[in-house]
Amino acid sequence: MTERFAADTRVRVRLADPLGHTRAPRYVRGRAGVVVAVHGEHPLPDAVVAGADPQDVREPVYAVRFGSDELWGVDGHSVTIELWESYLEPADD
Amino acid sequence: MTEVHRDSGMAPRVRALETLLEQRGVVDGAELDAILDRLLTTGSPLHGAKVVARAWTDDGFRARLLDDGTAAVGELGLSMGHGPAPVRLRVVRNTAAVHNVIVCTLCSCYPISLLGPSPSWYKSAAYRARMVRWPREVLAEFGLTLDPEVKIRVWDSSAETRYLVLPRPPEDAAGSSEAQLAARVTRAGMIGTAPM
Repeated sequence: MTERFAADTRVRVRLADPLGHTRAPRYVRGRAGVVVAVHGEHPLPDAVVAGADPQDVREPVYAVRFGSDELWGVDGHSVTIELWESYLEPADD
Repeated sequence: MTEVHRDSGMAPRVRALETLLEQRGVVDGAELDAILDRLLTTGSPLHGAKVVARAWTDDGFRARLLDDGTAAVGELGLSMGHGPAPVRLRVVRNTAAVHNVIVCTLCSCYPISLLGPSPSWYKSAAYRARMVRWPREVLAEFGLTLDPEVKIRVWDSSAETRYLVLPRPPEDAAGSSEAQLAARVTRAGMIGTAPM
């Protein structure tokens, strides 16, 4: 699988609110950040816990950095977190 | 104390879940025990301290460590492969301008093979919720007051990578042996809640 997003791309976390397990924490949903690294391919946890074969649901995982201004409206820090490709969409702004 | 009570309710739930998973053949209790034994008996903060001290004294190793932590710790006979699945190690370096700190907001992911079992506060809901929101204030509560111009990079270790902070070397490091330097590295320093 090729990566949809390259390093330095601005991405936004989709505003999903799944009932089941996900590794997209609420505090980054809907927020825009920058891809700082591509961290290989890993099975999507949301699908694995729902019973999918891990080999069938592998996707690229990205380290995405969010400014504290974007997350909390304050300056001074950033938060970097790994997110699976299907959690992300291109940031339009 | 509310937090302690809420967390302590987790243990019986985990036991109940494990029992059900074993009964249905999803996991093997003996296999789980073997994984836990391996993790808890081979993981130690002495390993992380050795990695840090080597990085302080060997520029080539430091460059390799920052480029590919998983491979570089293998040079010291260490491995990130003790758990049920191998994980990637990313080492993040503190500088005069940037301070790094590690948290896992979703659970308690932690580089056990390099730091041993995690401290209880690392797993607390308070640390996990507050470090991404008020890192400067939380670090000050740990006794680490950063200059306002120092940028804080929080790493939320909730997925496939485990992080280790490479602290800044002590100012009087010159002339010390690698072993002497390793003895000065603390577990908190490698999580990012202490300077070293």
